[in-house]
Amino acid sequence: MGHNASPQQNGVGEFHPRVHDAITNPQIRANFRKAMDGLMEKRQQAFPSDEELERTRELAAAIRLRALSKLPELLEKLEANLIAQGVKVHWAENGDEACKIILDICNGKNAKSVIKGKSMVSEEMELNHYLEEHGIEALESDLGEYIVQLAEETPSHIIMPAIHKNTEQISDLLHEKTGTQKSRDVEYLTAEARQQLRERFEKADVGVSGVNFAVAETGTLCLVENEGNGRLTTTVPPVHIAVTGIEKVVENLEDVAPLLSLLTRSATGQHITTYFNMISSPRKEGELDGPEEVHLVLVDGGRSNIYQDDELLDTLRCIRCGACMNHCPVYTRIGGHAYGYTYPGPIGKILMPHLAGLDDAKDLPSASSLCGACGEVCPVKIPIPKLLVRLREESVAGDHRHDNSVVKGRGAKRKGMEPLIWKGWAKMHKHGGLYRSGTGLATVLWGLLPDALLSKGMGAWMSCRTMPKLAKTTLHQQMKTRQQVQASDNNQRENAGDL
Amino acid sequence: MSSIKLYPPKPKKVYFFGTCLVDLFYPDAGMAGIQLLEREGIEVIFPQDQTCCGQPAYTSGYHDQAREVAAAQLALFPEDYLIVLPSGSCAGMMREHYPELFAGYPEEALAREISGRIYELTEFLLHVCHMQIEDKGEPVRVAMHTSCSARREMGLGDVGPSLLGKMAHVEVVEQERIKECCGFGGAFSVRHPEISEAMVTDKVAAIAATGADTLITSDCGCMMNITGAAEQMENQGQDSHFKGEHIASFLWRRCHGS
Repeated sequence: MGHNASPQQNGVGEFHPRVHDAITNPQIRANFRKAMDGLMEKRQQAFPSDEELERTRELAAAIRLRALSKLPELLEKLEANLIAQGVKVHWAENGDEACKIILDICNGKNAKSVIKGKSMVSEEMELNHYLEEHGIEALESDLGEYIVQLAEETPSHIIMPAIHKNTEQISDLLHEKTGTQKSRDVEYLTAEARQQLRERFEKADVGVSGVNFAVAETGTLCLVENEGNGRLTTTVPPVHIAVTGIEKVVENLEDVAPLLSLLTRSATGQHITTYFNMISSPRKEGELDGPEEVHLVLVDGGRSNIYQDDELLDTLRCIRCGACMNHCPVYTRIGGHAYGYTYPGPIGKILMPHLAGLDDAKDLPSASSLCGACGEVCPVKIPIPKLLVRLREESVAGDHRHDNSVVKGRGAKRKGMEPLIWKGWAKMHKHGGLYRSGTGLATVLWGLLPDALLSKGMGAWMSCRTMPKLAKTTLHQQMKTRQQVQASDNNQRENAGDL
Repeated sequence: MSSIKLYPPKPKKVYFFGTCLVDLFYPDAGMAGIQLLEREGIEVIFPQDQTCCGQPAYTSGYHDQAREVAAAQLALFPEDYLIVLPSGSCAGMMREHYPELFAGYPEEALAREISGRIYELTEFLLHVCHMQIEDKGEPVRVAMHTSCSARREMGLGDVGPSLLGKMAHVEVVEQERIKECCGFGGAFSVRHPEISEAMVTDKVAAIAATGADTLITSDCGCMMNITGAAEQMENQGQDSHFKGEHIASFLWRRCHGS
C-alpha cells in the first residue's frame, strides 16, 4: 500500500457498516458510555461558575480569532524568532511532505530509532507508518498511544487514544505483547508500561512531539501533557522534532494562560496538567541537558484552504481538547473508530471533510442530530452545528451563494432522486393553497422524510418506532372551521340586534 | 445563551405559526396553544397560507429550496405583532437561521425583522404572559423532555419545567441524562437509523425508569420519536409504558380539569 492511500486520511470502507459494528458491540458501547460519563462529570466540576466559564470562553475565542486573523504574519514572526533562537523551521504543504522532512532529518543523523510524544498531526500524516516503511523504528511514548500502537490500532479519541479499551483489555494486551502479568491494578500496569518505555527513551536517536500552542512573539513551543513522556521526548534524545498544524499559532505568551486553563479543564477536568513544557531553543552552551538540535515542522494539510472562507475558518480555532466528543451522543454510542478518520466526533465531522475532501468524508456531516451539545461545551466557541449544516449544504451544493466555495468535493452527494424531491417539496410548501389541498400522508412523507421514500419507504423510521398517526383534521382545517363558526355567530348576533 | 433576553409586555394580538408537524400530526396541541393564548386575553391570528418554516430542507443542505419556502412564510406577518410557535425547533429555525438564510437577498431586512418577533409558545406564556395556572387535574407524575433546539439554540431549558412547577398536582420526575438528545434530528433519524435508534432507545429506557405516566415535550419531533419508540418497545414486550403529550395540550387540559 502506498503512503498516499493512508487509511486515516481517507475513510476506511463505508461508514454505515462501521457504525453497525460499533453499535452492536456491547463492550464498545459500555466502555465509551462509562468513559464519557466520567469525563463530562469531571469537566462540569472544573467549571463551577457558568459566568466564569462563559467569560473565559469569550476570551479564548477572541484570542484564537485574533491569531487566525493575522495567521500569515504570526507564522512569519514565529519562524523568525525560532530561527533566531537556533530552532530550524520547515514548511510542509501536506502530510507526505512533512513525513519526508522528518525522514530526511532522521537520515541526516543516521537515526534508527524515534521516540514519539503524543501528536494528532503525526497521526493525520501517518508518520509512524512512513518511518517504519523507511527502516526507522517509531515508538509511541504516551501511555494511551503506546497501547494503541501495541494493539496495531489507531487512536479512538484525540486526548485519550485508548479510551475504547477497559482495564482488562489493556491488561490482556500488555500481557500478550510485553509479557507483563495480567492484572486489574491500573497502577501496576502503568508502572510496567513506564518501565518498558523508560528503557527506550535512553536508546532513541530522535524525539518527535506535537505542539499545543506556538507563541509567535517569543518563539515558544508549548506542550501540554500529564505523563512526563513529552518532557523526556523533547529533552533526552539529541534531536527534537516538533510537528504541528499551521493553525496552532498564538500571538503572545499572555494568550496562552486562558487557552491552557480552558484546554485542560475542558479535556479532563484538570485545572493544570502535571507537565507544561515551553520550548524555545536547543541546548545552549553551558546547559546540562536538552537536545542539540530542535526542529519545527509546520504542516498545512488543507488548512490554508479552509482559511479562505470566513465561515469555515472557525474550524481552525480548535485547541484539540476533545470536549465535543466527550459530550456527543453520537460519539458516545459509536466510539472513535467508527468514524474512520484521524479526528473523530464533532470536530472530526467538520475538519475531515477539508482534510480528506467531502467526496470521501461524505457521510460525516449528516451523522449528527444537530443537538448542539458540542457547540455548547467548545472552549473556543466553534459553532460546530452551524458548520455541520454548512458542510451538508456543500455536500449537495444546495445553496447557489456558495457555488464558488473552496470546499473540496462540493456537490459530491448531489445525486439520485433527492434534489428532485426537495424541489417538489419546495413547490408544495411555498404555496399555501397547494399545501392545504396537498395529499395528506404523501405530503408528510415528502415533506419530512425524503430519504425514507428514496430507500425503503418508512423502513428506516419503522425499524424501532411505530408509524406516526396522521390527524383526522389539520390545524388549518380546524382554524378555518372555527373562524366560520365565529363569523356565523357574529352574523346571528348582528341580525338579532337589528330586530 | 450569552445574553439576557428582555421580554416585551403582553400584547393584544399575536400571529400563530402552527408548524407542519403540529398541523398534520398534532393539531390538538396547536389548538391548545391558541386557546392558552386566548385565555390570556390575546387575539390569535392564524394565517391560512402558512406551511413550513423550511427547516427540513435547511438541515438537509438544500438551502435554495429552504429559502423559497421560508420566503413564502415571510409574507404572512404584515403587522408588527409577535409570532408564536408551539415548537422550539421551528422557532429556532425562524429566529436563529432566517437572517443568515436571506443574507444578500432582498428579503434580508424583512427576515431580520421577523426573526426578532419569533417566540416559542412556552417561553411566551411564561415570560411575556406571566401565565398563572390553577391546576384542576388529578395528581399525576410526569417527565419532561426539552428539545435540543429549545434548550441550546433558544436557551429555554428552564421554561418547560418552570411552567410544570406551577402546577399543584403535578409531580415532575427527572430522567437520567435529561439534557441528552432523543436522537430525532429530523432526517438524521432516517439517514442514520442505527445511531438514532440507539439514542432513542436509551431515552425511552431513561424515561420509563422514572415511573412517569406521561412524557411532556414542547416539540412534536421529539414526541413522535420518543413515543413511537416507546410503543414499539412495549409491543416487543419491554416495560416502557408512558404516553406523550405536548405541553400546550397538557397545560390546557389541567386548566380545565379534564
